[in-house]
Amino acid sequence: MTRVVVDVMPKPEILDPQGQAIAQALPTLGCAGVRSVRQGKRFELEIDGVLTAAQRTDIERIAASLLTNPVIEDFVLRIEDDDVVDTGRPR
Amino acid sequence: MSSGSVDVIDTVTLASQTADQAQPYAQLGLEDDEYARIHQILGRRPTQTELAMYSVMWSEHCSYKSSKVHLRQFGEKAPASDALLVGMGENAGVIDVGGGLAVTFKIESHNHPSYVEPYQGAATGVGGIVRDILTMGARPVAVMDSLRFGAPEAPDTARVANGIIAGVAGYGNCLGLPNIGGEVVFDPCYQGNPLVNALCVGVMPVDRIQRSAARGVGNLVVLLGAKTGRDGIGGVSVLASAAFDQDTAAQRPSVQVGDPFTEKLLIECCLELFERELVVGIQDLGGAGLTCATTETAAAGRSGMRVHLERVPLREASMLPHEILASESQERMLAIVRPGDAALVLSLAQRWGVHATLIGEITDGERLVITWHGEAVVDVPPASLADEGPAYQRPMRRPADFDAIRADDAGKLPRPHSATELRDTLLTLAASPNLCSRKPVTQQYDRYVGGNTVLAQPADAGLLRIDEQTQRGIALAVDGNGRYARLDPYAGAQLALAEAYRNVATSGARPIAVTNCLNFGSPQDPEVMWQFEQAVSGLADGCRTLGIPVTGGNVSFYNQTGETPISPTPVIGVLGVSADVTKRIPSGLGNVGDAIVLLGQTRDEVSGSEWAWVAHQHLGGVPPVVDFAAEAALAAVLTDAGAARLLTGVHDLSDGGLAQALVEACLYRRRGAYIELPPGADAFMQLFSESSARALVCVPDNAVTQLRQLCAQQAVPYAALGVVTAAAQLELHHQFTLNLDELASAHATVPTALR
Repeated sequence: MTRVVVDVMPKPEILDPQGQAIAQALPTLGCAGVRSVRQGKRFELEIDGVLTAAQRTDIERIAASLLTNPVIEDFVLRIEDDDVVDTGRPR
Repeated sequence: MSSGSVDVIDTVTLASQTADQAQPYAQLGLEDDEYARIHQILGRRPTQTELAMYSVMWSEHCSYKSSKVHLRQFGEKAPASDALLVGMGENAGVIDVGGGLAVTFKIESHNHPSYVEPYQGAATGVGGIVRDILTMGARPVAVMDSLRFGAPEAPDTARVANGIIAGVAGYGNCLGLPNIGGEVVFDPCYQGNPLVNALCVGVMPVDRIQRSAARGVGNLVVLLGAKTGRDGIGGVSVLASAAFDQDTAAQRPSVQVGDPFTEKLLIECCLELFERELVVGIQDLGGAGLTCATTETAAAGRSGMRVHLERVPLREASMLPHEILASESQERMLAIVRPGDAALVLSLAQRWGVHATLIGEITDGERLVITWHGEAVVDVPPASLADEGPAYQRPMRRPADFDAIRADDAGKLPRPHSATELRDTLLTLAASPNLCSRKPVTQQYDRYVGGNTVLAQPADAGLLRIDEQTQRGIALAVDGNGRYARLDPYAGAQLALAEAYRNVATSGARPIAVTNCLNFGSPQDPEVMWQFEQAVSGLADGCRTLGIPVTGGNVSFYNQTGETPISPTPVIGVLGVSADVTKRIPSGLGNVGDAIVLLGQTRDEVSGSEWAWVAHQHLGGVPPVVDFAAEAALAAVLTDAGAARLLTGVHDLSDGGLAQALVEACLYRRRGAYIELPPGADAFMQLFSESSARALVCVPDNAVTQLRQLCAQQAVPYAALGVVTAAAQLELHHQFTLNLDELASAHATVPTALR
């Protein structure tokens, strides 16, 4: 099995009110020295077997259109082989 | 805008030494002669930063260069009004509503950003107009919005419509502002270019009005609110001043993201500063950000200003001077304060959790000098940017198809005759996208927060109490009709004005002032420019006839996809005053047994109507007659009858005519009605004509004589149509009877895009 992870973050020039709210709350929780917080989201997609090139293209397309709002967000896609699942294949 | 090396900042000194350096003015949207004029004004080439500032301030959106020669009519034709405390020219007009209170209101477009990023575009549209109202010294108390989308079945409409509606709701609800009305219209002409026109209204004591003029040498310039980031750079010039094409993806970084919670703090902070009289001048940062705020405040005060740009708090440290000046980061205000008050201003801001930074001072002379770590990057006469931008008398031409379209009368279309056909037409219209219930939209808005909302959607007008002691209130309505304006832009603008005026009157309030948002295609298209001139003339003439002044507004050009402009869409907001909101006329049908009366004259007018569109996808002919004398007379009857508490129900007649008015009136409080159409009249015309200056009212038996007298005095036609019944049905004598459940289920149809 293959796990594809898509990390979505607000573009650097875009205001992130959620991250800002967290950053402002930190001092009141006794956590000093944090200059800035940016909040994003993470998607994990699990694929049976080895990821094919066609599947990868599909996922990139989905990541760019459905998982991400391309107007205000960027994404990074990476592939993790799952070492917990019993694929039966040698690792 | 990334010309030149990032390391070398183009200073005024450098610009004087390198006079011949080529500059990318054309890419920034400046014409050859405009660039030459900048040279002439400065006596040298502009710095990169100055060039960016001129480009944005002389853009259509900021300079009104195509529209201002026409907009003068609003001033020239303005009726005398002693209620007008601040007229056009400031951020929003201010009206004296009596009892020591002043009201400010304005409507503004955010069309292009809302197409690119619907949620944030609409949200920041609300945020922007709220700051305009705050800038005048008022507490924002309510919002309204007029929204236009493409065909409900078109694939992209769901993305655009749902995003925009959620954005309006998200921002307004978070601010705690009730949304008391507006419009939602679907039409294919808005497919690639939705309209988002946001209105805000605010209230203040008469003596708290603020001005934008920066005055007093030595006074300090304070930047309040959010940090400045790279959002929305060039948003104004890029998005609002050029037509859309397939390259919108490349313009995406121009989008701004709003934060209503920061705005809420900014509102409360500014109101405390106003209350303590700590502010000499104030201006919100909207389109063109700091560039616009510094030049407009300095120009208004005929003052010089020095700004130390490196003091501006940044989200991204690497920002360059021209980016800082052009950034459209939201939730920011610029205040001018006396030096002795600065410490108090900063500490009050801190208490509200609002960043406040002293970024400059008012200087002698009339130069705006902006320095970057001690080096001047801008040295300009501020008025040359703010007031003395280019003005064009663009060529105008009556559209080639104008006469052909007007000759294509809808009266000749096949129309329903039998009782069954009329019944089916009524149900089809009630279920159609522009006439069905707006509830799926308005239920997303908080309509009652604050506890002062007396009337809100689906009432004809929003009505708000502004004084708990005296029960004084204000009414607001916003209306437009792109189809009428396509058929005749002069009449279309007047019909929109007439409808908003009538809607305000149905609440029992007296209309007193007008705001407008003029949405048109490209001003470089002579046919569009002709439509624009016609609409402005129509509105200015209408306001003069009705005796209510235009207090401010906004022009949005370049609303088109490719070469095809939208239907010209003047959206008109009317403000009214209610001496006592407890005497408001209830909406819908009154009590069982009350008479149902039609006020006004019905003509054979179905061209441009909802029926012609829904039944035949037809748009042609001449729109309904505009009769301002009849509108004023009807309004006088409604306000007088309201004040005397004669009426138990009211509903204006507009889109869909009497048929739709009956449907909505029955469903408002789920009351039945028995109706006899005037004998001998054409039932179809009676039901579906959209003649203006008409309203349905309900009156108890003991008040009929008084109402008849009022109507006779004002020469308003009075026709007894029927009676409110206990039966859950709408019965049209000799025609058909419809169960209210059947009506309700048709009216509850949700347009495809909103499902």
